[in-house]
Amino acid sequence: MENIRYDLITALPEIVIVCMAMFILLADLFLKPANRIAIYLLAQVTLLVAAYITFTTHVPSVSYAFTNTFVDDAMSDVLKLMIYLGTSLIFVYSRQYLQQRDMYRGEFYALTLFSVVGMMIMVSGQSMLTLYIGLELLSLSLYALVALDRDNAKATEAAMKYFVLGALASGMLLYGMSMIYGMTGSLNIAEISGALVGADKLHSVLILGLVFIVSGLAFKLGAVPFQMWVPDVYEGSPTAMTMLISSVPKLAAFAFVIRLLVQALPSLAIDWQQMLMFMAVLSIIIGNITAIAQTNLKRMLAYSTISHVGFMMYGLMSASTNGFVYAMFYIVSYVLMTLAGFGMILLLSRKGFEADKLDDLKGLNQRSPWHAFLMLIVMFSMAGVPPTLGFYAKFSVLQAALQAGYLWLVVFAVLMAVIGAFYYLRVIKMMYFDDPVDRNPIEAPMDMRIVLGINSLALLVIGLMPEKLMELCIYAITRSLS
Amino acid sequence: MLNYFSSDYFFSHILSFSIWVPVLAGIAVLFTSNDNKPDTTRWVALIGGLAAFLVTIPLYTHFNFADGGFQFQEGFNWIPAFHINYHLGADGIAIPLILLTSFTTVIVIISAWEVIEKRVAQYMASFLIMSGLMIGVFSALDAILYYVFWEAMLIPMFLIIGIWGGPNRVYATIKFFLYTLLGSLLMLVAFIYLYMNTNSFEIIDFYNYQMPLNVQVLIFLAFFAAFAVKIPMWPVHTWLPDAHVEAPTGGSVVLAAIALKLGGYSFLRFAMPIAPDAAHYLSGFMITLSLIAIVYIALVALVQKDMKKLIAYSSISHMGFVTLGFFIFNNLGLEGAIVQMVSHGFISAAMFLCVGVLYDRVHSREIKSYGGVANTMPIFAAFAVLFAMANSGLPGTSGFVGEFMVILGAIQENFWYAFLASFTLIFGAAYTLWMVKRVFYGEIANAKVAALKDLCQREFLILAILAVLVLALGIYPQPLTDMTNATVTQLLSHLMQSKLPVGLPSGL
Repeated sequence: MENIRYDLITALPEIVIVCMAMFILLADLFLKPANRIAIYLLAQVTLLVAAYITFTTHVPSVSYAFTNTFVDDAMSDVLKLMIYLGTSLIFVYSRQYLQQRDMYRGEFYALTLFSVVGMMIMVSGQSMLTLYIGLELLSLSLYALVALDRDNAKATEAAMKYFVLGALASGMLLYGMSMIYGMTGSLNIAEISGALVGADKLHSVLILGLVFIVSGLAFKLGAVPFQMWVPDVYEGSPTAMTMLISSVPKLAAFAFVIRLLVQALPSLAIDWQQMLMFMAVLSIIIGNITAIAQTNLKRMLAYSTISHVGFMMYGLMSASTNGFVYAMFYIVSYVLMTLAGFGMILLLSRKGFEADKLDDLKGLNQRSPWHAFLMLIVMFSMAGVPPTLGFYAKFSVLQAALQAGYLWLVVFAVLMAVIGAFYYLRVIKMMYFDDPVDRNPIEAPMDMRIVLGINSLALLVIGLMPEKLMELCIYAITRSLS
Repeated sequence: MLNYFSSDYFFSHILSFSIWVPVLAGIAVLFTSNDNKPDTTRWVALIGGLAAFLVTIPLYTHFNFADGGFQFQEGFNWIPAFHINYHLGADGIAIPLILLTSFTTVIVIISAWEVIEKRVAQYMASFLIMSGLMIGVFSALDAILYYVFWEAMLIPMFLIIGIWGGPNRVYATIKFFLYTLLGSLLMLVAFIYLYMNTNSFEIIDFYNYQMPLNVQVLIFLAFFAAFAVKIPMWPVHTWLPDAHVEAPTGGSVVLAAIALKLGGYSFLRFAMPIAPDAAHYLSGFMITLSLIAIVYIALVALVQKDMKKLIAYSSISHMGFVTLGFFIFNNLGLEGAIVQMVSHGFISAAMFLCVGVLYDRVHSREIKSYGGVANTMPIFAAFAVLFAMANSGLPGTSGFVGEFMVILGAIQENFWYAFLASFTLIFGAAYTLWMVKRVFYGEIANAKVAALKDLCQREFLILAILAVLVLALGIYPQPLTDMTNATVTQLLSHLMQSKLPVGLPSGL
């Protein structure tokens, strides 16, 4: 009895969110469309309560629940808090967009909350099965979200693509997991890593299993050569969904990589390091070079995501505690930048106008200097120019890679960063140097303007004082990996 | 309890004030952005610029001339996770350049007074913020702090050229940005490498770190990529004529007067003291590039049809003297190079302002659009001829002092270096005076020139100030050389000590 109570308390945030998501789904049926704001507020309150629980029940030590299939450590708590924060921002940014497109319904909030639960389980999974369940909960919710606008042919197509390729990736992941299970006789992360100590590391089944796992992970992260779905899904999905897909799930995917590769398979580090290295380099090349040719802002950001994932892998492939800390710092920075970037697209869009073409940004400085300035910060941050947050993100992962001895890969990444800078600069060029095509006033609710302002300025402020965020990442990783 | 208003607090944080006063002034200017009432903006900007200039004055008055090390030091732990410190300090090389920066900003603000009509607030703010960032570059003693300022400076410059520039501004500004970014990222890799070995980003720690020659050469080349682009040295100079031609007058002034000096300064601050053996090892290479810049680029300047382009090439040629002075490794050459940097700051600023004066009236930079301007603008012509003489290195002007010192220094090293370098006195005179002849003398070329009005008070004021400075530095350069003397001696003695690890083979 005592055990069950302990288990339930450990997973309390997840339980709260699941219950609330179902409640929202139900409540939606009884609410008049005019009162939908209640649903929105309820969803925000849910995240707030979950954050409160996660924060107050946090202990620096590691604790296991549900017969060691669920873990609560510093990394999971920090990442969960980030996930709440990101999701909450998504709710703020997308409200008007959804209202104008007839998607402002309980389903959106319920499905997003379910996906949040999926991410939380991924973050806290201590068994390959738990991890997999979390991933599927996340993915299925996202597939449905992309297709939420049923009559939109493009979105439906994107959802279909996302589903088919996502299911394939899940299959590969599961296949890889089954091979590891076959070799070690356990699904538990700690037991797997124990079983592999001193084992014959060249065993082909192990390596084959690893290949499948890494491919599945790369699919979910959107790393080359498994990146084909990213641009199409980003472009086809309604912008609010694109923002969701491209941001917070990457935090969960990061935790997923840490749990599976770093915690379960440290004995195979040499092998997965090589795989990550190839994917990192390819992602940076393909991401940065292809982005140049894009005219659609969402597609451009898709390729930008691919290159960011590549940079993040520079931290992971160093296979050192520092490397993981910096990779986490990178992914958190990436999420903040992405949210601000998509937030700006949502802010500029209005009924019947998506603002997702690069040309739609033309002359933004003349229409609204303030918003052009915010977008300027976001773009320079993505390009990694100091004094923005993106600089420290790139700086730290490159430092980790250099420490691991990858001098020429670092020089290469630096050259690619210059190419990458070009397409971010082009956005700034459109905003500042060109005359506006679209002269409609920008209409957006005040809460969104304020939050977006804080979000974008945070990129500058954290860029000037990155210490706190860095300490948080150091805390999360060192406490969890020791 | 610290008293934030006491003079002690001010003097112990004077470099911080020098950096942040203009930045904050720039932000304040942004809040006055109202294009219908640009005069408020202009006055706020001018007051901000003057305040920023006044703040830097004590750097000269309170300078200890006998001390060659870093003065006015201050700092705190900025990002302990990476051992990055907010550490500022300035020596006799940095302070003249800091003063030059804050002074030039005032000039730029005045010169833009009636000229810039669209988005005045953003224009003024960009220059003020950039001025603070450049002073940051000159005073940072932590490599990452330096890097942050160095890169952040690109952002306002990018906007200045892109928003207020000429017809081909977008190409020019993106080229400028990417060129500079590429070089600086390689420098960043070098910083990280040094950090891994010294566990510190302090420049002083880099100075004391010993490296074998092959490592030094790589480090030096990484720095070279960043600084040679900035100076710019032949053959990575091609961004400069584009950027200069397209930039608005103020942008050209800041680029020529200060931005180029960032590269020269950084050679002295980073590349040479951190990798002195590589600097000696590669000195032949560097001198060759410098001489090519001096001679070949001067010839290129001769055939330019565009006045701004001509001055841009002339800048590259003059900066060749600076790098030549660095790499002959003697007192005279080094000090001459520094004098040349400051003097070129004044002269190139003045030359670009002169072109600006003409461009504002006629809207053409082509030499052939002019002719006989001296007939309609006699006062202006007098100034222009003075600056042209200074640019070609006439004795009595500041242009002469630096070049002469460098040539003297070069003779001590190798007669042929000096021989080739002194060609500039001929070519420099040729391209500058030929341009002056075609623009100012002869018959009045067309109706537009005939309708020209002479300098207004504002233009007269800034050109007069610059003229006084050019002459003062030319006749009595002592205050400047006194300032740099101790630092140069100390730097040279550091450069002459090998940093190769003892007992290790030094071959490549």
